[in-house]
Amino acid sequence: MPITIKVENLRKSYIIKHTGEGYVSLRETITDNIKRSLHRTKNIITTNQIEKSPRKEEFWALNDISFEAQQGDRIGIIGRNGAGKSTLLKLLSRITEPTSGKISIKGRIASLLEVGTGFHPELTGRENIFLNGALLGMNRAEIKTKFDEIVDFAEVEKFLDTPVKRYSSGMYVRLAFAVAAYLESEILVVDEVLAVGDIQFQKKCLGKMEDVSKSEGRTVLFVSHNMGTINQLCNRAILLKSGRISEMGQTSDIVRKYMKSGTQNGKIDKDSIFGTLAPFIEFLEVSLNGIGSNDIYISPSSDIKITIRGNCKSDLEYFRSGITILKDGIKLFSIHDNEEPIPLKKGSFISEFIVPRYLLRPGDYTLSVFGHDNGNLRKGTEWIYGNEILIFSIMEEWDAINDSHNEGIINLIQSTAL
Amino acid sequence: MTENSREFDLVIEPGRSEKNYWNDLWRFRELFIFMAWRDILVRYKQTAIGLSWSIIRPVLTMVVFTVVFGRIAKLPSEGVPYPILVYSALLPWQFFSTSFSDASASLIGNSNMLTKLYFPRLIIPVSTIIVNLVDFFISFIILIVLMMWYNFVPTWTILCIPVFLFLAFLASLSVGLYVAALNVKYRDFKYIIPFVVQFGLYISPVGFSSNVVPQKWKLLYSLNPMVGIIDGFRWSILGGKSQIYEPGLLLSIGVISLLMFLSIRYFRKMEKTFADII
Repeated sequence: MPITIKVENLRKSYIIKHTGEGYVSLRETITDNIKRSLHRTKNIITTNQIEKSPRKEEFWALNDISFEAQQGDRIGIIGRNGAGKSTLLKLLSRITEPTSGKISIKGRIASLLEVGTGFHPELTGRENIFLNGALLGMNRAEIKTKFDEIVDFAEVEKFLDTPVKRYSSGMYVRLAFAVAAYLESEILVVDEVLAVGDIQFQKKCLGKMEDVSKSEGRTVLFVSHNMGTINQLCNRAILLKSGRISEMGQTSDIVRKYMKSGTQNGKIDKDSIFGTLAPFIEFLEVSLNGIGSNDIYISPSSDIKITIRGNCKSDLEYFRSGITILKDGIKLFSIHDNEEPIPLKKGSFISEFIVPRYLLRPGDYTLSVFGHDNGNLRKGTEWIYGNEILIFSIMEEWDAINDSHNEGIINLIQSTAL
Repeated sequence: MTENSREFDLVIEPGRSEKNYWNDLWRFRELFIFMAWRDILVRYKQTAIGLSWSIIRPVLTMVVFTVVFGRIAKLPSEGVPYPILVYSALLPWQFFSTSFSDASASLIGNSNMLTKLYFPRLIIPVSTIIVNLVDFFISFIILIVLMMWYNFVPTWTILCIPVFLFLAFLASLSVGLYVAALNVKYRDFKYIIPFVVQFGLYISPVGFSSNVVPQKWKLLYSLNPMVGIIDGFRWSILGGKSQIYEPGLLLSIGVISLLMFLSIRYFRKMEKTFADII
């Protein structure tokens, strides 16, 4: 198979300015310079030292990325928030320029990085199809030949002459996806956009992506946080971690590695924890029934006691933490450690959760941790989370309750059975 | 390892987008019209009297200028009705000033597109000017009405209007591109633009004929590119009754060409970083 995308030593850096405000204004540029020179003079006088300005910092969003994609490949790009997935797609779609390195591309790229960018809410569906097509580089004749297929796929026939501001978010994403997918291109780049649509349409989109890659030989690059869809669609996957390729290969292997990457032998990786509370709360260790290893196997007939050890750096007034159990990216349920938020004192803390025996049927599950604090009324709820930081397996031990003839993800536990 | 890069259609490297740029501009050529079409459609969908705005604004300005400069200040009218003298200059001025301010704000106004879609960025400011061309043609109808009212018969020179309109297009595009790119980085220009536009109105011969400027200052005055364009419009519309000052016109064309060159160069340089800093 011929190579359609070749990425060599790709790097992208951003300069972060710690000024607090996003935009530079002329006035600020001028006053800052004056302030800084005054500050420096003052420092020279008081301490005889010239302090270097720490306000600018170089941040490598992508570092040394190299990979190749063949025609017909469906590559899933996974990684935690801030790992560089979207930056990579932006570089491939030529929205921004790399700092160094090289991307070689064969054919045209159609990219869908956000739902409905380029849609104008006042225009009708019909008008927006033409506008969006043109924004993706199609000409009018091409759009006309594809028009019926696009409308058909997006299921918006009835609303073609309605302004899209009246569309539901599902209709929006359907139309946006349809325009991008029907564009004549050799490469299709899709960021996490399908999450908006319903399950049925997600399936349709995945089917379409699979179809364009298998029958038309298009290369698909797909970013998602949903490991289920990645597993289903992609034949290869790339795992990004802090701007670098951490793993690359067969999708199922990579997805498993990704899910394990949040913890190392029970120690929670700091990079996988996010949120406004992250400066105040540290989630340090997690164990299941006292086991804190990379491979956790639990019998369905035993309760699962999940213990999280953490550290609180300053007193919080209304805090509680919780866990979520997921299967194939779908959240099954959450448990909180307390029914009501409670004050949390500075220092180490332990949160415990019990998942009753027999609830989970044999298979692989992932665990997310989170916490929130409602104490600061002015700023609203502050939060912290670590998405799918741990993977564990329920073993195949069948008995009367965990019946191998039952179907589904969980067992229905009759109260009399326990 | 030697790589035959010719087997790839597109190579993305820092500072290498030049090669595809003009190709892309051609590929996206229909987008110029589509974006303009979008803005026009949206404008007329959202405003109550839509089209009328392109008529009301120049007509009211013309009335005020006629009263202030023609009646009160009693400036010479070169033997043509003062309203026509004023209106023939208002047409290019209004086109220039709205094109300039719209183009300057255009990138900021479409920032979500810049961060999520690829297309040659040049299309955005250019298409806003195309929208203003439509306004220009609507305003032009008023001129025809005025001419009929005053029984004013134009000569063959009116056929030269497209030339001067094109110059006005280039003038507004050149400054518009420059400020649009600057605006992405320094939001201050939002406040500077209205001031520049108002200031420009007074230093351009809109409310009066450029003949009131003494001969020795005329060449210097023509450094303002709108002087040559407005004089050109007057000459085309009023026929032989308004003289064209050739050195001034040539100077204006020279200034526009220089501005155009500089602004495209600056825009191309800045364009790659728009998505990062907007």
